[in-house]
Amino acid sequence: MRNFHDRVVALVFVVGFLITGATLVHAGAYEDALAGLTTDSFIDTADAIEALAASGDPRTGPLLEALKDQRLLYSAEAKKVFIKDPSDKLTDAATGEAVATPPSDIDNVRLNNRVRGLIDAAIGSLTLMANESSQRFDAAQAVFKSRDPAALANIDKALEKESDPRVKRALIEARAAIVLYSSDTTAEDKIAAIAVIRDRGDQDALGLIDGLPADLPPAVRQAALAASSKIQGNLALWSALQNAWYGLSLGSVLLLAAIGLAITFGVMGVINMAHGEMVMLGAYTTFVVQELIRAHNPALFDYSLVIAVPLAFLVAGAVGVAIERGIIRFLYGRPLETLLATWGLSLILQQAVRTIFGPTNKEVGNPSWMSGAFDFGGITITYNRLWIICFTLAMFVALLGMLRFTRLGLEMRAVTQNRAMAAAMGIRTARIDALTFGLGSGIAGIAGVALSQIDNVSPNLGQGYIIDSFMVVVFGGVGNLWGTLVGAFTLGIANKFLEPYAGAVLGKIAILVLIILFIQKRPRGLFALKGRAVEA
Amino acid sequence: MLTTNSAVARRPHPRRWLLAAASLAFGFAVIQPAAAQETIKIGILHSLSGTMAISETTLKDTMLFLIDEQNKKGGLLGKKLEPVVVDPASNWPLFAEKARELISKNKVAVVFGCWTSVSRKSVLPVFKELDSILFYPVQYEGEESERNVFYTGAAPNQQAIPAVDYLMSKDGGSVKRWVLAGTDYVYPRTTNKILEAYLKAKGVKDEDIMINYTPFGHSDWQTIVANIKKFGSAGKKTAVVSTINGDANVPFYKELGNQGVKATDIPVVAFSVGEEELAGLDTKPLVGHLAAWNYFESIKNPSNAEFIKKWQAFTKNPKRVTNDPMEAHVIGFNMWVKAVEKVKSTDADKVIDALPGIEAANLTGGTSKMLPNHHITKPVFIGEVRGDGQFDVVWKTKGLVPGDAWSDFLPGSKDLEADWVTLKCGNYNKVTKKCGGNAS
Repeated sequence: MRNFHDRVVALVFVVGFLITGATLVHAGAYEDALAGLTTDSFIDTADAIEALAASGDPRTGPLLEALKDQRLLYSAEAKKVFIKDPSDKLTDAATGEAVATPPSDIDNVRLNNRVRGLIDAAIGSLTLMANESSQRFDAAQAVFKSRDPAALANIDKALEKESDPRVKRALIEARAAIVLYSSDTTAEDKIAAIAVIRDRGDQDALGLIDGLPADLPPAVRQAALAASSKIQGNLALWSALQNAWYGLSLGSVLLLAAIGLAITFGVMGVINMAHGEMVMLGAYTTFVVQELIRAHNPALFDYSLVIAVPLAFLVAGAVGVAIERGIIRFLYGRPLETLLATWGLSLILQQAVRTIFGPTNKEVGNPSWMSGAFDFGGITITYNRLWIICFTLAMFVALLGMLRFTRLGLEMRAVTQNRAMAAAMGIRTARIDALTFGLGSGIAGIAGVALSQIDNVSPNLGQGYIIDSFMVVVFGGVGNLWGTLVGAFTLGIANKFLEPYAGAVLGKIAILVLIILFIQKRPRGLFALKGRAVEA
Repeated sequence: MLTTNSAVARRPHPRRWLLAAASLAFGFAVIQPAAAQETIKIGILHSLSGTMAISETTLKDTMLFLIDEQNKKGGLLGKKLEPVVVDPASNWPLFAEKARELISKNKVAVVFGCWTSVSRKSVLPVFKELDSILFYPVQYEGEESERNVFYTGAAPNQQAIPAVDYLMSKDGGSVKRWVLAGTDYVYPRTTNKILEAYLKAKGVKDEDIMINYTPFGHSDWQTIVANIKKFGSAGKKTAVVSTINGDANVPFYKELGNQGVKATDIPVVAFSVGEEELAGLDTKPLVGHLAAWNYFESIKNPSNAEFIKKWQAFTKNPKRVTNDPMEAHVIGFNMWVKAVEKVKSTDADKVIDALPGIEAANLTGGTSKMLPNHHITKPVFIGEVRGDGQFDVVWKTKGLVPGDAWSDFLPGSKDLEADWVTLKCGNYNKVTKKCGGNAS
């Protein structure tokens, strides 16, 4: 009995010793890797990250997160690494103890792009079994990109436990990527992997298959070629849709800028060269609103655009009414003089804004709901463009409704069709003229609010849109809102389909030439207004 | 005519009055120019409005600061320096008009100005005709060396070539596919020609190079960024070399951020984006993108720290940034001052002959020397964008790189050499041994 007892005690001792020894050895790998972070060399930092990831130590995850957020500091003299938590408290990365007084030569561990890429790959393989499904999804994508063979075991473990179908799909794809590029998997495995990646079918999948080395068995190479052409065909279709989307978003910008002009040019026949400046005034109103919000109530920032829209309408509309009453009223029936006068006015407005606000660009921020993008099938849709298209269509519908259903709209249409008759019916044409001009300018102001989100806000903002606005209005048919809509979207889509082949500069030139040729055939534009007295 | 009428005689005589008034006026006229001649006028030719105002306005302020500092030291040759500021408004022909106005009308002794190469090319004939001096502080495409111009900005071998070398190295990501994106004018076109020749000489294939040009102020980058993403997903590491100038950079970087193009996937190295251009952007989505310059505000050095402190005090803005073209003006101005003191005159010909060989301190702890080809020696730094709009230096050359006006990678210019000291020629052909050899 006593012998047995001794043996058990000895066994317990040995096992305990081994366990502590194992943890000590483990701790050694982590500490050794940390030393590589104290030399301020990118090469050593990269090696340290790879060693840390291989160590399997549970402290690696938080350490790498801290490094990515620039919260990892080091002291070259003390050869120690410190983690700074969000409340600025320092802890020693090796021992986990809090540090009261940091060493004097403490500095951030520097990163460059290559190191950041290694961190992403390492974090990816570490968070494969995190609690959040979005974290696991991102981890699977990271492993798909990095194709790290060491993560294969982790992927298999994660696959067994995975319940979310989206994450499971991503894990299977990541596994296929590793298998495809690994040197010790069979040809059958590789062909199966190619099938999985082909089903993923996006740009990254194509890159993976095209990037395969040439020295593969012929069966694998054939499978790769077949998969590559299938993906390319798929992508070509999506690419056409993406171009159509870009065309729609460019068209909505053109429509925004041109619709105010369609009203003033269409209803009144006034060539307003200061139209671009109305857009610019709207953009500057947005800037002023944002500055006030930033100064007095930053929490409202996400609503700044909603607040700016009615204000921009009023500001630009008021300026428009003032222009009409002050200058245009005296020049009816004299288009050349109106052209010159409004051109001079645009210069005055530009210089006024330059004097008040300064000549440099003003920073107009994007609210959080307008930043970023999401994927829809094979196309990427950016939020700012999506909101602008919705906004444009809403504005168009509102304008159509106003013209169709309100008294003012009725009177405006009457004056457009036959001014003399409308006056005979008791409509005060002078008042209608002023209000129409104000409406057109106000709409341009609203357009400025939207355009401030995608273009630089400077006194020259209007100059970039005046030519395009006239192009759209002339092409679509003067005085016809539907014509403006169709014209704007047609031009936008045509421009975007030309751009991949001709480049941005030639694309614009080609569109201009096409419009000139079109106007030769149909001088009144796409949808011309009919009526006996329309020419008057 | 004198009259003896007593009433008239009592009145002051018109002719004498006229004579007295005339001599008084003449006296004033003689004295006034003498008082005006107490200052030396310095012309500042930078766009203060238009698409380039985002970059050039700060250079005008830098010159005002340098002139103010020099006046505090007692001026130059016993006279005060007077700045003459004009606004050519990003309008290239207007640059030439304003240059003529500065030299002929305002009689400036030297002009510090220009940013885009097209503005510089527009003013060259004016400086040649009126024999004045231009200090040009911005990185450019080379292929030029004029007698009246001193280039304190980087030539391609001091910016573009080292940046490409860095990207090809392991630290830079071992880039194999290249997108050369630029604004459509002479600087990006020539620089891309040089880079294309250099890349092909290093073995990069035609299908691995994509070149793209956009107009000034271009704001719709959706298609181009999508094309860059597509080009970059072919399985080989891709980088963008950007020579986009002016405020078109703002929507470009915004679109990169919106479409999720991260620097770890496709890094963008820009040659015309510095601290000033980033000041109006939210730089968090841009962390890791690169710029190649000869100076960064974040470089820790006593002379840099002192310069930044004095500059922020002068502009009364503790957040005002500094950048590479500003440092080029600092070096150029100090070199001009030293040359003027050496020959004790502001006469253009004397100063032009005195400048080669002059040395002035740069702001990163070294010394810049003016070379016979009118370029200077500069160190090269590659920096990565930080979340706060500053740059982290990730690589630098070991020493100073002398500026090479005629690129060795273009067939029409590798035989050319510029030397205004011994050869007195800006484009001497070494093979035919004649001045005025053909440039590309």
